Amino acid sequence: MTTLLDVRNVSKRFTMGGIFGRKTIDAVMDASFSLSSENPEIFTIIGESGSGKTTLARMILGLEDPTEGDILFRGEKVDRHAGRAERLKFMSRVQPVFQNPFEAFNPLKEIERYLESTARRFLGTSDKAAIDKAMDDSLQKVGLSLKEVRGRFPHEMSGGQLQRCAIARALIPNPPLLIADEPVSMVDASLRMSIVNLLKSLRDDLKVSVIYITHDLATAYYISNRLIIMQRGRIVEMGDARTVLDNPEHAYSRLLKASVLSTDHAGAGKLETDPGMLDLANDSVGRAGELVARPDGRHVRVYA
Amino acid sequence: MTQENDIILQVEGLKAYYQMNYFGVNREVRAVDDITMTMRKNEVYGIAGESSSGKTSFIKVLAAAIRPPLRVVEGTVKYNFKNGPIDVTTASPEQIETVRWKHLSYIMQGSMSVLNPVRRIGRTFQDFAQRPLGLSGRAFEDRVVKHLARLNLPADVLKAYPHELSGGMRQRVTIGLATVCHPEFIIADEPTTALDVVVQKEVLSLIRDIQKEMGASVVFVTHDMSVHANVADRVGIIYAGRLVEEGPTRQMFFTPKHPYTAHLVASLPRIGDTQQRPALEGRPPNLADPPQGCRFHPRCPLAVDKCRKEVPPMIEVAPGQRSACWRWEDVKPLVNIAAPAGAMA
Ligand SMILES: Nc1ncnc2c1ncn2[C@@H]1O[C@H](COP(=O)(O)OP(=O)(O)OP(=O)(O)O)[C@@H](O)[C@H]1O
Ligand SMILES: Nc1ncnc2c1ncn2[C@@H]1O[C@H](COP(=O)(O)OP(=O)(O)OP(=O)(O)O)[C@@H](O)[C@H]1O
Ligand code: SF4
Ligand SMILES: [Mg+2]
Ligand SMILES: [Mg+2]
Repeated sequence: MTTLLDVRNVSKRFTMGGIFGRKTIDAVMDASFSLSSENPEIFTIIGESGSGKTTLARMILGLEDPTEGDILFRGEKVDRHAGRAERLKFMSRVQPVFQNPFEAFNPLKEIERYLESTARRFLGTSDKAAIDKAMDDSLQKVGLSLKEVRGRFPHEMSGGQLQRCAIARALIPNPPLLIADEPVSMVDASLRMSIVNLLKSLRDDLKVSVIYITHDLATAYYISNRLIIMQRGRIVEMGDARTVLDNPEHAYSRLLKASVLSTDHAGAGKLETDPGMLDLANDSVGRAGELVARPDGRHVRVYA
Repeated sequence: MTQENDIILQVEGLKAYYQMNYFGVNREVRAVDDITMTMRKNEVYGIAGESSSGKTSFIKVLAAAIRPPLRVVEGTVKYNFKNGPIDVTTASPEQIETVRWKHLSYIMQGSMSVLNPVRRIGRTFQDFAQRPLGLSGRAFEDRVVKHLARLNLPADVLKAYPHELSGGMRQRVTIGLATVCHPEFIIADEPTTALDVVVQKEVLSLIRDIQKEMGASVVFVTHDMSVHANVADRVGIIYAGRLVEEGPTRQMFFTPKHPYTAHLVASLPRIGDTQQRPALEGRPPNLADPPQGCRFHPRCPLAVDKCRKEVPPMIEVAPGQRSACWRWEDVKPLVNIAAPAGAMA
């Protein structure tokens, strides 16, 4: 078995502030996992807001240096400071889709320019027809077309349309690894399913591995092979997605599942959280503990 | 019965289009096309609808954030604020300044947009909230810090630049900005989509608390039907620029009277789903050239000939519930949601 991606004991510490005094934030602490090349999978990261999911994704993309640990892609170290040609080669293989499509696009440029520059850069061609075809092909994959997008600026699109454009852009170089940071948080349920199904077919038909970051436990359950759950910089539970979500073990994982809103009591305004569960989950914050294996194959962080 | 002075917002026959000219060719996107609705003081009104149906465009008009190429073509949007009535479709920028933040606040879709990337969060709070709150120095900071704590944000975020915060933290900062002055009317576009479900619940409770404490009214847009189910007093459904149904939350979920509503409330995926829920056939309508008659007809399982020709009017179909469908009496809930005992009463 060869590994596509190997994340080894990775940590990230940010230093914030200047004149107000320095403060450090441990955004990611000792994260490890790997993806194999032979079995493309949808590997999902869920967890607290601010728990380090985006930071982890940015390190995998080589946009941020780990403070500690290594990230290897196909056996080679992901290096932000590698030469231009090497960076370009890496970037054609690991493509991002970011959290907020409104931030991902330059508001002053037509959307197709953004797709076009990606196509030009990665397909190594300046043939107009070939570029148009590549753009249209990938827009079709997300239910849009070049005809609909042509000439439009980001603010002329709705949130959902823009997010689909962002995915289309990432698909242009046919990458083996896609890192999708909350790609569906801005779209409606049907479109959400169509994007999630798109990720699924990328995995099944095109053998693309996907790191899927989300707050939506239902789609995580629906498409993921494995998942990790993060709390304040640490992985607290990891394993087969359905095993973990059917029966979460860590206190934070349980709180997460219990907090999903339902429509069963529509109109009754149910927003309370069980304080006991909250206390249990908060109890683990700031404690290192240790990830231990369980007989069903999952790993759970336990505290002495 | 609704009293005249209970009404905080009255929207009548609102049409707002994007009117553009590309190289001599005129293009018009009819994003808001004849919406009429009313809101009472103290009410939480949720708006749902598919992507690009015009939800953001509609609440931009409500929020008096109307910028070209968006133009109000027809209709009125009247508020009845404590400092006097105002129609935001005709008010001058100076008049709108007098209500912004203190009476009317707007949380935009995509949280970064109001945060200045080169200004620390604390400075942004000063810019927006110091004057309306009439506090300064320590007192102001204390107030802000206390407020942020309710959103589960540490005081340190005031010292941070936007890029130093996670997506969900930024989203909470913008909610903090929009609520710190305790406005009378809060407009929020997808306010909790970037939050984990634990924090989401807390933030929704906060919005509800502020609303109750201050007697504020809230209108919010989200795709997440479970948020509507638990937060909204009433829900309105927008399809292709039109309000197609509205009513008390419980009725909308358990006895929808428009086929599109029935579809929406059943489409919410749940943990445990291993199969896709039935999706709508066909493509979303093109708002530059919307379908004739009922705009939903190309995708509607109940469509008949009449639907293709005549626009169904919005009529009262149950107490407080209005629907625009020729066949509202034939609409059955596509239930996968178990109605609890007594829910239909
Ligand atoms: N450039 C930066 N400088 C300083 N701190 C940062 C920076 N980027 C992120 N952080 C901090 O690191 C922590 C993790 O942030 P990250 O964006 O990875 O969270 P996340 O899990 O993606 O959250 P969300 O679900 O809200 O998007 C946060 O406390 C954030 O404030
Ligand atoms: N500035 C603009 N110029 C031209 N067209 C626009 C502009 N902004 C939005 N539109 C178009 O108006 C229609 C409605 O968009 P709007 O943003 O109101 O949708 P939405 O319901 O909020 O969608 P989403 O849920 O995806 O955010 C879409 O077809 C969109 O492309
Ligand atoms: S009016 Fe006709 S097409 Fe429109 S929703 Fe009702 S049945 Fe369907
Ligand atoms: Mg993030
Ligand atoms: Mg919108």
